Amino acid sequence: MITLQWLYTLAGLMFAAFALLSAFDRSHSKRFGNAAFWGLMALSLLAGDLIGDFGNGLLVLGLAGLAGFGLIGRSAPPTTSEEERQGWSDRLGNRLFLPALIIPATALFGTLLYNYTPLGDLGWFEEKRETYIFLGLGVLLAIAAIFAWLKPPALAPLQEGRRLIDAIGWAAVLPQMLAALGVLFAAAGVGDVIGGMTRAVIPEGSIFLTVLVFGMGMALFTMIMGNAFAAFPVMAAAIGVPLLIRGYGGDAAVIGAIGMLAGFCGTLMTPMAANFNLVPAALLELKDKNGVIKAQIGTALPLLFANILLIYWLAF
Amino acid sequence: MNYWVLIGILIVVAGFALRLNPMLVVTAAAIVTGLIAGMDPVEVVSTFGKAFNDNRIIAIVWIVLPVIGLLERFGLQQRAAAVIRGMRNATTGRLLILYLLYRQVTAAIGLHSTAGHPQTVRPLVAPMALAAAEKQHGELDEPTAEKVKAYSAATDNVGLFFGEDIFFAIGSIVLIQQTLATYGYNLAPLELALWAIPTAILAFLIHGARLMLLDRRLATASRHPRESGGPASSAFGEDEKRDSRFRGNDTDGERP
Repeated sequence: MITLQWLYTLAGLMFAAFALLSAFDRSHSKRFGNAAFWGLMALSLLAGDLIGDFGNGLLVLGLAGLAGFGLIGRSAPPTTSEEERQGWSDRLGNRLFLPALIIPATALFGTLLYNYTPLGDLGWFEEKRETYIFLGLGVLLAIAAIFAWLKPPALAPLQEGRRLIDAIGWAAVLPQMLAALGVLFAAAGVGDVIGGMTRAVIPEGSIFLTVLVFGMGMALFTMIMGNAFAAFPVMAAAIGVPLLIRGYGGDAAVIGAIGMLAGFCGTLMTPMAANFNLVPAALLELKDKNGVIKAQIGTALPLLFANILLIYWLAF
Repeated sequence: MNYWVLIGILIVVAGFALRLNPMLVVTAAAIVTGLIAGMDPVEVVSTFGKAFNDNRIIAIVWIVLPVIGLLERFGLQQRAAAVIRGMRNATTGRLLILYLLYRQVTAAIGLHSTAGHPQTVRPLVAPMALAAAEKQHGELDEPTAEKVKAYSAATDNVGLFFGEDIFFAIGSIVLIQQTLATYGYNLAPLELALWAIPTAILAFLIHGARLMLLDRRLATASRHPRESGGPASSAFGEDEKRDSRFRGNDTDGERP
């Protein structure tokens, strides 16, 4: 059976290649920092289950140290110039989109076929992970297609990949760090404290104000934790279940479903949700790291208020 | 209750506000929170490391970078822009509304990992949106280009967040179901997914309206350069003057 570990191995080999190419890149002023950083990522993906919890902890400290003290930086691997690219674009025309569509198409049709035909009964893939596995398959197919068609230099996919990952830099690892921070927060009981404080500000007897605090609490706690998954159990335990469902007799499905979506509005407004907000800013090479968040606030705030009203109308 | 554990949150907020390196801020917050909670240093490091290892799935998406990089090498971004330039009616807003709809619908049928910032926004959506903006606005100054790119990423997020919960087999629906089940409320995932639809529609309307406003701003702002610089002005000095004036103009249109 193909499991997630296969994908970790694929990604790990890619990061190992980035590390090696960095180490041998004489034009790069921080080449050993980059080599160490991507090397640690490779180690995590290839052998994370073998080096023990403390070993993984030291690995994370290493990543944070390398990134935090400015030991990694952008690189300039060999690639084509703007003029060459324009030339290729004119020459190849819209056929250039075909290899780009291989990845989403493989993931899409693969997932559909696997779930809605007897193919899924064969048990080839780890359960619930088939989309990721098809994503990996799509990547390999796309690279094969590009090599067959355009014959780039052998190292080109790895050098181009390194160009992009170095442009993203430590932001590529931050989402995983924040997820780990969330686990520590939970272990330390941050959720209970926040839940208790939220309950303290609710006035007695007003359904609307209780819904308001529930929705705002979901959004705010999501902003602090970086994802609504961490906020939901806390807010459900503090307000959702005892007050809204048991106290005022609200519909549990509405409160649960729309409460979670109120949290998603918070996700749009926080740098803690790094993979949605900071990573794309790095990926699109924005000057303002918070540019994506600023573009989202105008949608998030009215939608948060709409969610609060929806809970109030639909649940009671 | 130990209120001191909130110091971790304080470190994160202060660290982000002071623009310290987030990797250090997060690590410091994690260590301090763990120590305050009574763990010994080895335990803190181990807990942090285990949680990092358990979340490796987040790193999987980077395997698309070699493909995206290769295609950029052969002019994919230029091609995406050329297609939009060839369409008479393409505008940034319309294009992004279409992408918003696509993202919501595909996420709603469980295909949320088929698109995303590395897979679709950087190679296709952002260059297309920029090309459409150039058609509407003329040459883009930096703040305007930044804004168009930021809206491209924002549209992906809004589409994903307010589409995926309509799919009943997604993590957040499972989490809601599990959490409420511990209190004795046994809900079918499908029932929860159904209640995600009103918000999905509102998200489309609100974000779609903002994208149309973005269109209007791009179109009205384009009058200025033609009046002053002439249609084909390309001198750098003039561009720079135009830039600085536009920067002022652009922030006027910002939300409070």
